[in-house]
Amino acid sequence: MSERREARGALRLQGLVKLFGEVTAVAGVDLELPPGKLISFLGPSGCGKTTLLRLIAGLEQPTEGRVFLDGRDITDLPPHARDVGMVFQTLALFPHLNVAGNVAYGLRIRGADRSAMNRRVEELLGLVDLPGLGSRRIMQLSGGQRQRVATARALALEPRLFLLDEPLSALDANLREQLQVELRLLQQKLGITTIMVTHDQREAMTMSDLVVVMRDGRIEQTGEALEVYRRPATAFVAKFMGSTNLLEGTAARGGRVMVRDRPFALDGQAPSEGERVLLSVRPEDAHLEAGVASDENSLPGTVVFVRDLGELFECYVDCGLEDHVVVAGSPRERVPVSQGDAVTVRFPPEACVVVRE
Amino acid sequence: MSGRRRPSVRSYLVLAFPVGMLAIFFLTPFLMMVAASFYRRISGGFYEPGFELASYTRLFSGLFVERALFSIWVSLVAAAACVTLAFPFTYFLTQMRRRPHVVLLVLVMSALSLSEVIVGFSWSVVLGRAAGISNILVWLGLMGEAQPYQPGFIAVLLGLSYIAFPYCILTLYPQLSRLDREVSEAAQTLGASPWRTFRTVVIPIMRPTIMAAFLLVFVFTLGSYLIAAILGRPEHWTLSVFISDQASFNANVPFASAMAMVLTVLSLGLVGMVLLIESKTRRAE
Repeated sequence: MSERREARGALRLQGLVKLFGEVTAVAGVDLELPPGKLISFLGPSGCGKTTLLRLIAGLEQPTEGRVFLDGRDITDLPPHARDVGMVFQTLALFPHLNVAGNVAYGLRIRGADRSAMNRRVEELLGLVDLPGLGSRRIMQLSGGQRQRVATARALALEPRLFLLDEPLSALDANLREQLQVELRLLQQKLGITTIMVTHDQREAMTMSDLVVVMRDGRIEQTGEALEVYRRPATAFVAKFMGSTNLLEGTAARGGRVMVRDRPFALDGQAPSEGERVLLSVRPEDAHLEAGVASDENSLPGTVVFVRDLGELFECYVDCGLEDHVVVAGSPRERVPVSQGDAVTVRFPPEACVVVRE
Repeated sequence: MSGRRRPSVRSYLVLAFPVGMLAIFFLTPFLMMVAASFYRRISGGFYEPGFELASYTRLFSGLFVERALFSIWVSLVAAAACVTLAFPFTYFLTQMRRRPHVVLLVLVMSALSLSEVIVGFSWSVVLGRAAGISNILVWLGLMGEAQPYQPGFIAVLLGLSYIAFPYCILTLYPQLSRLDREVSEAAQTLGASPWRTFRTVVIPIMRPTIMAAFLLVFVFTLGSYLIAAILGRPEHWTLSVFISDQASFNANVPFASAMAMVLTVLSLGLVGMVLLIESKTRRAE
């Protein structure tokens, strides 16, 4: 268990489509996922992320498209022949079996001999930090303990793929954050290819190597978590991964973009002249300045609201745009402004990301 | 300062009517039966008040024991047949899409509107020689000449199972429809085939419910009278038929009462067992 296995669990999805009657749950997904990584399917509810996971597990049959695991076409295999372990949203533990019975279920079906099975169960319970609890009934466990049992059960057969369907959604916030770290450390220790479905961008960013942002059954953007956060491809990704300021402008000469008659310089690609451009600037990348300035990459405005949370301050500024511009930063570096002050918000060129609608 | 207001005298009056009706039409005849079971039988047809245990000692005679054992046997077989058929049926019903699911459920439940008399005579026609299914087999050329399948043990069993089947489904349905689909799916991702999932996960989780359904059908058919009377020969009579025969044709009311007492106690004991199992399941949830 402790030795790493190489090149196990490479997944390729080819043109996957899933219809439920009239409803399109997955609308054509092509994806190639590297082995040994933790990949998150991130999106709002109803975006098709869970259906996509169920297609990979074999719990749903695709209307179109193929699923390949380590080069083998597994599209027509039933779930019990796929070599995947899954943690369900409801955890789906077997209430008639105790902890050891749950963890050993898959081993028993494989026909493992009793002593090997007991050893493996103890090893797995140690792995998820529940040593010696094998004889407990499921009813006697706390939410966090149940989650760990579900994890141990899914890992018992050393599957090629470890699938997590919102595995921590039933837990309270503190425990959730703690288990996010534990699950990630466990995944790294085992080097097992893991796909997690979540609607929580913090969870995705805490745990993932790769993030696949989905919307309406399609993939919106794929990339490393921080990269997707820093360089969102679309306005939807920018808004769903954290919060953002969207500035609408028009491309002018010299690679500049005009926003409310102010020129904005951009770092990198220049849109063609006359084009309508949408810029995304993260609140923590924007800066506040007292007084009114009129140079590049800045907008004048009035402070509408200041929120100081001690660990973070946020300032809402009315710059005459559709939405208030939000500027965030550390309270220690806070520019002393208060409600009603005239200020200038700066948007550094490297912070302005051109996004698609 | 108790939070709950004590019910007024008037609210008890609401209960007076149903309680009175129960006392007059249920409790009184029942107590009369209890008394009659201790009365002395006068040969020639009547009985006189008294207290003797003769009727109860007669219970140990061969005939009663034989009828009682047969009743228990036929009810056990009917209960087993019912649950064996109804459990997979209900399971697949709950797995279906909504529309066929509801249609089938309504169809099965509509059988509840048929009285036992109609069910008994319908089966006697279906299994009879004159217009029964054997005529179809003859018409198809599978059989030489039409045959009667009733009266007989199988006919009694079929009738009893038919009557009890909807009740059996009603007992199984709520728990089965609440069974988390992800539990079965989890078993499948752990390598269990659908059949193995059904055997090692669905059935064990449902064991208390299955037990309750089994006992319900058992008690329900144990008191059955008409089906056995219509579809059985005297050797297929259940205890109820035998009791009524003793009371009306042999005019031995004390003996019939004593037998009815045993049947009542037996049934109540079993109902108690069902309730106990159900409350245990509920506590476990």
